[in-house]
Amino acid sequence: MVHHSSARLDASFAALSDATRRGVLEQLGRADASITELAEKFHMTLTGMKKHVGVLERAGLVATEKVGRVRTCKLGPSRLSAETAWIEGYRQLWSSRFEELDKIIEELKRKENVR
Amino acid sequence: MNARKDSEPNPTKNRTTVEPKSEREIVVRRTFDAPARIVFQAWTTPALFKRWWVPKSMPLALLSYEADIRTGGGYRLVFDVDGTKTMAFFGKYIEVTPHSRIVWTNDESGEDGAVTTVTLEEAGDKTLMVLHELYRSKEVRDAALASGAYDGMGETFEQLDEVLVTLRA
Repeated sequence: MVHHSSARLDASFAALSDATRRGVLEQLGRADASITELAEKFHMTLTGMKKHVGVLERAGLVATEKVGRVRTCKLGPSRLSAETAWIEGYRQLWSSRFEELDKIIEELKRKENVR
Repeated sequence: MNARKDSEPNPTKNRTTVEPKSEREIVVRRTFDAPARIVFQAWTTPALFKRWWVPKSMPLALLSYEADIRTGGGYRLVFDVDGTKTMAFFGKYIEVTPHSRIVWTNDESGEDGAVTTVTLEEAGDKTLMVLHELYRSKEVRDAALASGAYDGMGETFEQLDEVLVTLRA
């Protein structure tokens, strides 16, 4: 069992409790990006995105590096974030359940209308 | 060219969102295009529940599902995992209020099981479902998370699978 410090997990959870920040992590999972690119992608001001990236960075989920005048962001040190992977896996589980449930609900609605 | 537009994203598709809340909670939200009584019926009719609870992508087959869905009743799900072993999930219904609220315990992990609350709220001809999982302690939630935190990727994903299976709400 890998020992996590509680403080770090708390920071991770706080960081992940925001939809934009979760989106940023998904994005960086695909490719590194500059703060400017992220701000454009999520339709935010540069300042707003800097704040989000700061929260993610303090949680160790994102690492940034300044090259010339551009600050590039990538996923945090050394590993895929367990928290992000866990939450995404959990979301996929519910998402696929609910897609099936949609079908059943449509059937039930049709039956009611037939009566 | 495919005449049927299967691959076109449906703009009205309802998304499932998952948010960690406090240090002991996780919240799942989803909207359904039906009145609450229909969603409730699909949750609480065993024959229907069996059809949507186990995603087809999971290496699990539901062997049996017995449930007495009322306040004070209980449930038991038995799965076949990879054809090699069986797993049981069981618990009690703390509260069942038709069309609006279902609360149950997850007792297979003993004292550590989470408590799951599902609420249904009608908005026009749609229903917002909020599923809320409350872990007994921060340590339990952390352990669930940490168990996926190894560097060996293959192992990580195997464990993630296990965590997802044992976290069956």
